[in-house]
Amino acid sequence: MSPEKPLPVIDHDSAPYWEAAQEGRLDIPLCGDCGKHHFYPRAICPHCHSDNLRFDTVSGRGEVHSFTIARRPAGPAFADDVPYVVALIELEEGPRMMSRIQTDDPEKVHIGARVEVTFVKASDEIAHPYFRMT
Amino acid sequence: MKNGRDPVIVGIADAPIEDGKFVTKASVLGHAALVAKAAVEEAGLTLDDVDGLLTAGMWGVPGPGQLATVTLGEYLNIMPTYVDGTNIGGSAFEAHVAHAAMALREGYCEVALIVYSSDQKSLRSRNLGGRPSVLSMQHETPYGMPTPVGGYAMAARRHMHEYGTTSENLAEIAVATRKWAQLNPAATRRDPLSVDDVLSSTMISEPLHLLDCCLVTDGAGAIVMTTAERARDLKTAPVAVKGYGEAHTHWAIGEMPDLARLLPAQKAGETAMKMAGVSHSDIDVVEVYDSFTITVLLTLEALGFCKIGEGGDFVSGQRTAPGGAFPMNTNGGGLSALHPGMYGMFLLIEACRQLRGVCGDRQVAGAETALVHGTGGTLSSGATVILQKD
Ligand SMILES: [Zn+2]
Repeated sequence: MSPEKPLPVIDHDSAPYWEAAQEGRLDIPLCGDCGKHHFYPRAICPHCHSDNLRFDTVSGRGEVHSFTIARRPAGPAFADDVPYVVALIELEEGPRMMSRIQTDDPEKVHIGARVEVTFVKASDEIAHPYFRMT
Repeated sequence: MKNGRDPVIVGIADAPIEDGKFVTKASVLGHAALVAKAAVEEAGLTLDDVDGLLTAGMWGVPGPGQLATVTLGEYLNIMPTYVDGTNIGGSAFEAHVAHAAMALREGYCEVALIVYSSDQKSLRSRNLGGRPSVLSMQHETPYGMPTPVGGYAMAARRHMHEYGTTSENLAEIAVATRKWAQLNPAATRRDPLSVDDVLSSTMISEPLHLLDCCLVTDGAGAIVMTTAERARDLKTAPVAVKGYGEAHTHWAIGEMPDLARLLPAQKAGETAMKMAGVSHSDIDVVEVYDSFTITVLLTLEALGFCKIGEGGDFVSGQRTAPGGAFPMNTNGGGLSALHPGMYGMFLLIEACRQLRGVCGDRQVAGAETALVHGTGGTLSSGATVILQKD
């Protein structure tokens, strides 16, 4: 049996993000001062350093900014997934986030491909935002 | 203008390895101590002369490696009064040279020792299990991001998309570097290599193949720095530290400001070259971090040896190979000589050897000025050092 996949260690910055993901929403921080979204969630805005932040539900749509097809797994826990696509998604709202592209054909993934979020349950506390090409 | 406190390198040493493993039986700290002793003794100094201690590594974490300078100082039984444990990945040692240079100029130390040691090959310890899924890495590790290769692969893919760079371009770098390794008896991989060999090697993390990736070896190295004035009484020909710069932008690859552009190298390189008062045409030999072939391409562009996006053309036609117009990574690099995890130490050692003129078959004729650039993390940090024959 392959070892368990690593789960995120939730902290105070990320808790609202992971809670929303559990409920099927992509919530990321929005700055009340400069009006920009950011990811990953921080206690201050990385754009203007304001702490006037709230979580905002975003569209879940974006495009593939770059990606790699892992032909070797990142450790034994991911051995059964090979080949799999890890990608940087540029959300419509601006920020980039790392995720997986769910696809039967990794060769079809390309930079600029339009994608949409889908949530995949990993534990009682965690649902991962994965993406699918649209 | 020359000053008696100008920083110079007076001692270098590295540990012998065979098939990528240490030849001598000693612990990782033992190897650090052995190269430290060899480097100070080469200069005609002793470990008791050392009052500045700088180190970075991956050993003993969690544990004594968390306080690396303290643990190493204890092992050597010295009491340094200037220490620096800056760890920004494989470029740490270029930053250490910069920090030691400033401490020497300021009179804060007289003899600075920079040490690195890793027995990752013997331990078979590299990258088992990935980066713990905490803080920023909670948003990368769970997706099965292969580290560190995946981040470099994403940068390569983006560079290909924006500028039309090809896998063949990247392979040229691996092939040219192997030709240098064939001239270096101490290099780990010396068998012939072709562009086709690279392209047909196992795909690891697309678009990077096995032979686009550095080796995994043991390795230990040390550098001794002092002032120009003190160097007059020592046994070696000093190598002057003329300029330095450093910068970092991100660790999580999702936070890299521009995947196709290496901003830390651009910033560090500009700072170092300006300080040294040199331009690109003054550089005789270039030693840049080659964790992956794409690292080299991004670095050459960012340092301004060619325009952004033109790196593929720049390295074509074996330009960086022995006999080419642009001698680079002359020991065989991390791709073919050795790569113990934080390779930047060995860039510095090779540059010093070139400037001393002791490189035998791989000697770059008339080498007087060298540029060294380390890259650490996942294209995260960069540090440049300009060295000159004194
Ligand atoms: Zn803001």
